[in-house]
Amino acid sequence: MENYETHTHDVLIIGAGGAGLRAAIGSSAQGASTGLVCKSLLGKAHTVMAEGGIAAALANVDPKDDWKTHFKDTIYGGKMLNNWKMPFNHAKEAPERVRELEHWGAVFDRTPKGKINQRIFGGHTWKRLAHVGDRTGLEMIRTLQDKGIHTGIDVYMECTITHLIKDGDKIAGAFGYWRESGKFVLFKAKSIILATGGVGKAYKVTSNSWEYTGDGQSMAYDIGAELIDMEFIQFHPTGMVWPPSIRGVLVTEAVRGEGGILRNSEGERFMEKYDPERMELSTRDVVARSIYIEVKEGRGTPHGGAYLYISHKGADYIKKKLPSMYHQFMEFADVDITKDPMEVYPTTHYIMGGIRVDGDTCATTIPGLYAAGEVSGGMHGANRLGGNSLSDLLVFGKRSGEAAAVYANNLSTNLNIPADLIESYANEILAPFSSTDGENPYAIHQDLQDVMGTYIGVFRNEENLKHGIAEVDKLKERAKNLKIEGSRMYNPGWHLCRDLKSMLMVSEAIAKCALQREESRGAHSRVDFEGYDDEKWGKVNSSINLQGDTMNITTTPLPEMPDELKSLFTEGT
Amino acid sequence: MSEAILRVFRGDANGGEEKEYKVPVEEGMVVLDALHYIQAEYDHDLAVRWNCKAAKCGSCSTEINGKPQLACKSRMDKFPEGQPITVYPIKAFPIMKDLVTDVSWNYEVNKKIPEFTPATDEEFTMYQEDVERIQEFRKCIECFLCQNVCHILRNHERKDAFFGPRFMIKIAERVMHPMEKIDRREFLKDEAGVGYCNITKCCTEVCPEDIHITDNGIIPLKERVADKYFDPLSWVLRKIKGK
Repeated sequence: MENYETHTHDVLIIGAGGAGLRAAIGSSAQGASTGLVCKSLLGKAHTVMAEGGIAAALANVDPKDDWKTHFKDTIYGGKMLNNWKMPFNHAKEAPERVRELEHWGAVFDRTPKGKINQRIFGGHTWKRLAHVGDRTGLEMIRTLQDKGIHTGIDVYMECTITHLIKDGDKIAGAFGYWRESGKFVLFKAKSIILATGGVGKAYKVTSNSWEYTGDGQSMAYDIGAELIDMEFIQFHPTGMVWPPSIRGVLVTEAVRGEGGILRNSEGERFMEKYDPERMELSTRDVVARSIYIEVKEGRGTPHGGAYLYISHKGADYIKKKLPSMYHQFMEFADVDITKDPMEVYPTTHYIMGGIRVDGDTCATTIPGLYAAGEVSGGMHGANRLGGNSLSDLLVFGKRSGEAAAVYANNLSTNLNIPADLIESYANEILAPFSSTDGENPYAIHQDLQDVMGTYIGVFRNEENLKHGIAEVDKLKERAKNLKIEGSRMYNPGWHLCRDLKSMLMVSEAIAKCALQREESRGAHSRVDFEGYDDEKWGKVNSSINLQGDTMNITTTPLPEMPDELKSLFTEGT
Repeated sequence: MSEAILRVFRGDANGGEEKEYKVPVEEGMVVLDALHYIQAEYDHDLAVRWNCKAAKCGSCSTEINGKPQLACKSRMDKFPEGQPITVYPIKAFPIMKDLVTDVSWNYEVNKKIPEFTPATDEEFTMYQEDVERIQEFRKCIECFLCQNVCHILRNHERKDAFFGPRFMIKIAERVMHPMEKIDRREFLKDEAGVGYCNITKCCTEVCPEDIHITDNGIIPLKERVADKYFDPLSWVLRKIKGK
């Protein structure tokens, strides 16, 4: 086979969003030689698009806030399906992670007393989200990037990892290609952290960037790792609706946090019907379903959404607190949100499920393989609260980086990567160039997006799910023979071929888990099984793994919370 | 639905040429949508960088009808109907393929800038009015359009001497941070080459985030450097103190 580069590290991190960058800083601080690989240029990862804030019980604005309340809010928001240890660590450590960011150069909005300001989001008891206007993700990724590049890590930009490699049962390396040249590259590593984010590009209407193709979930699954709870896809209640080319782009929850009001075409403030207590600041699953129902029952806007008003807050306030939203609507939709309402509709935003990890170390079920951030499962249960994602990235990025470095430093065995394995991977990746009768990967991607949106959306039922699974199966068959033209140099069509394989894998898992879970919980709504079925489904995670050539779907017991934490949920609050 | 004609540069370091494509236009469509249509329907290997398609990541910088801008922010209905729209890679950086250029120099420059060094380990007390001016610089999405139009980098090719506007405001955000403790004036003058900027404000004009790069960033930096090195009184004091 052709020559390829080889790089060797103690710890290799795949993905350079918030989790990957924080993991790299954590790993490097332990003295481990650390490599960081990303599909895009550094600083462009999906974290950059996060808007509203980082949830942490700093208690700067609401002094009554504490980790216990944050912990409870997270678990209530997750409809009790969280792996308790993750929200526990998250709630306790998030404040320190935010203060640390400030010392690394992040410049958060301030309270009148000069502290980090905090705003409210749905499902949070107190004002909890540290923020910078509505561009908090940019602030976070740039801060971590600027810290990271001074810690001695090696960054490999515009590099796609296609396969994880084991030696025996242990992780040993990763194989992939440079996007620019198309040439192959092998990374040998004692431990690997997956920080590849989510799966949103399996859907047409999504707030996610092109990178969100489920690479980490799919590669981990391929080498035998267990995934959990893939049915829980968060549809963010407020994506843009019009014009068509912008459909799905996020409208931050901060609009509602800052006082935004939802109305239907009849002018009715419809959240009064669905959650009279919390109204617009109900949890995302509830608000998304409410908008969906209003539109379905004929009370939608001209372009099929709900109206979101913020104009009553005044132009100065809006431009100061929500500058990106102001510009986004002005430039893309010709709407002045200081005068007129926005039109919004649910958009695929986040996957709560993912690779099963240990709640302390982020270790997956494969020795030496770790996962942090959206690619992992368990932290958010059946529904994620806004703001808990950015803090998740920081808390578990750090934990995974440190744990992977300790594992690598203690590993005494020599790892071996067989050459014939590399050759078979290379042949697999190059196959679309030699196909004469294969299909256009773009066509299959569009068909997959249609199937996912039509059959595996906000509301689900057995018939649709079965139909969706059959359609995904057909697409998997078609995707076995893809054809691509041009050279290996920066060829997006070729790149899509591998991404498509990952998207098909996660789509199958989402659909099959959704079919298995015969209840409605959080973001998973079955019209044929309304309401919680706590007895049968309240204490189990969906579990996915590869057995032979087939996807095995089953359930595993939910980790049980210790009694002292359980008591938090029974103290009359 | 109307139709647009795009003339897109196809080629690499060895050269290339414009290729013409006809693309159906729907309401609200941007140039990046048209490029995606070309990828899906005509040439799957058309290279263009993009991530968010919402003007938040700064990946899709191109030169459209000769004007450097983000392809995701360039509405098709802003161009005269029936006339071809040309799309070229940004010119100040070496071409890789089609619309993708090698911007790695920017990442090398960024590494040279010493990190933020706070004066205290304690929790910061800073007021909104004190951080607002650096929050403006931190809106930067690193699209490198300012680097692309800077005369020093684009026409005079002095990447060896001047860090460019993007990194002037990066240094400014540290210099003007209320908690910063290190003096960066020598670095600004000798390493970053702040003196090379001749204040034509081309960078400010192309900034998609409307950052006042020259007025709020570079000019105050120049003033600080001038105060240290070119103020006669402090020159005399330095001589006396032997520093």
